[in-house]
Amino acid sequence: MGLTGIFLITFLIVHAGVNACIFLNDGGATFNEFAHFMSHNWIVRFLEIGLFVGLITHIIQGLLLWKQNNAARPVGYYYNKPSKNSNWYSRSMGILGTLLLLFLIMHLYHFFIGTKVALYSGDRPHNLYEEMKLVFANQWVVIAYLVGVVALFWHLYHGFQSAFQTLGVNHKKYTPIIKMLGLGYSVIICVLFALMPVAIYLKWIA
Amino acid sequence: MEHYHMNLTLKVWRQKNSQAKGNFDTYQVKNISSEMSFLEMFDVLNEQLIVEGKEPIAFDHDCREGICGMCSMYINGQAHGPWQQNTTCQLHMRAFKDGDTIVVEPWRSQAFPVVKDLVVDRSSFDRIIQAGGYISVNTGNAVDANAIPIDKKDADDAFMAAACIGCGACVATCKNGSAMLFVGAKVSQLSLLPQGQPERANRVLNMVAQMDKEGFGNCTNTYACEAECPKGISIANIARLNSEYIKAGLSSEEK
Repeated sequence: MGLTGIFLITFLIVHAGVNACIFLNDGGATFNEFAHFMSHNWIVRFLEIGLFVGLITHIIQGLLLWKQNNAARPVGYYYNKPSKNSNWYSRSMGILGTLLLLFLIMHLYHFFIGTKVALYSGDRPHNLYEEMKLVFANQWVVIAYLVGVVALFWHLYHGFQSAFQTLGVNHKKYTPIIKMLGLGYSVIICVLFALMPVAIYLKWIA
Repeated sequence: MEHYHMNLTLKVWRQKNSQAKGNFDTYQVKNISSEMSFLEMFDVLNEQLIVEGKEPIAFDHDCREGICGMCSMYINGQAHGPWQQNTTCQLHMRAFKDGDTIVVEPWRSQAFPVVKDLVVDRSSFDRIIQAGGYISVNTGNAVDANAIPIDKKDADDAFMAAACIGCGACVATCKNGSAMLFVGAKVSQLSLLPQGQPERANRVLNMVAQMDKEGFGNCTNTYACEAECPKGISIANIARLNSEYIKAGLSSEEK
């Protein structure tokens, strides 16, 4: 869980970085150039397989945890106050992850399928930036994306430091730094992702 | 501190034996002193039940001074009740006020089956200790206490881990019923010291294997165990368990 989590965390840096090119406000020229590179470069295509393997492994690990941890307490408490000893988001990784999976299905439907169809039907030219503008013209889609980003924030905020603990790193000096980095990372990634549909919907960028 | 008396309503889990279904029974206790311990309040209740010709409530207790780890009770939704770093026997009635309703349940875990009422069987912890919680000892005269130099920090960390009393509050509290804090403490206290080195790799592998066999859940780092541990065992011990396990898994030839 920790290893696949860190792997997915590194992916999000690239993902958010490339997408942030839309904020250059150049009509999506840089962004589309990047998108073309990402969908045509064979190294990236190869890494994409790794990404899906990592994602599916992460999901399978999560399902196994869910199954085993439910079995570990067949009779629950009648009266329980978990808020006294732990954060709600640390206890809700499964639910947050499920929300993210639902979000991902929608997200892949919006942007992944279209790119692949264009690529495999004779490598038609595909303007991903225009597609983004089209998708984010719908307010309900924008709201759904914002819900996804909020779920992502809490998932990352717990997951980032949790991954290090799982891999055996808990240090008086470094753990507070890791927690700060985790917070910074989660805020930056999520604010960037949230700004994309909002900026396009409110026509902040052309 | 002001001394006062209170009347309380208790909802207590009653279960005849490990096979029985079990249910809550409600009791009233009157004139309870704020200076009583929680277990003394239970003694009052049990005497009352005996006088009424009813079956007294079975609960585990031994030292009543917070060091044996027997008094497993889930009180108002928290292991050992509302106070931090505290056992049930050291929870005092001044934590409650007149008219309160208190819900008392046994530890809930697949690996801690209920024996009767609030008593659970924690022998799964004993079997984990048997799997690796020991060291090789040279026979002969006892060695001088300071013959083996030990780094101060390692000695302190080992000592802190050794404070674990095996009460099971970590398992009871964890939403996953995980025993990682207990096993982390037991692995740490030996692997940090020179005396624990010969069995170091096998110890962690065997104890984790036994932990899984007993049906404990997995750690998802909610850190609830650390917050509820009566001895304040740090989750750094869980990280150490993880790193010991990874290292042993990679370096040991054991399968």
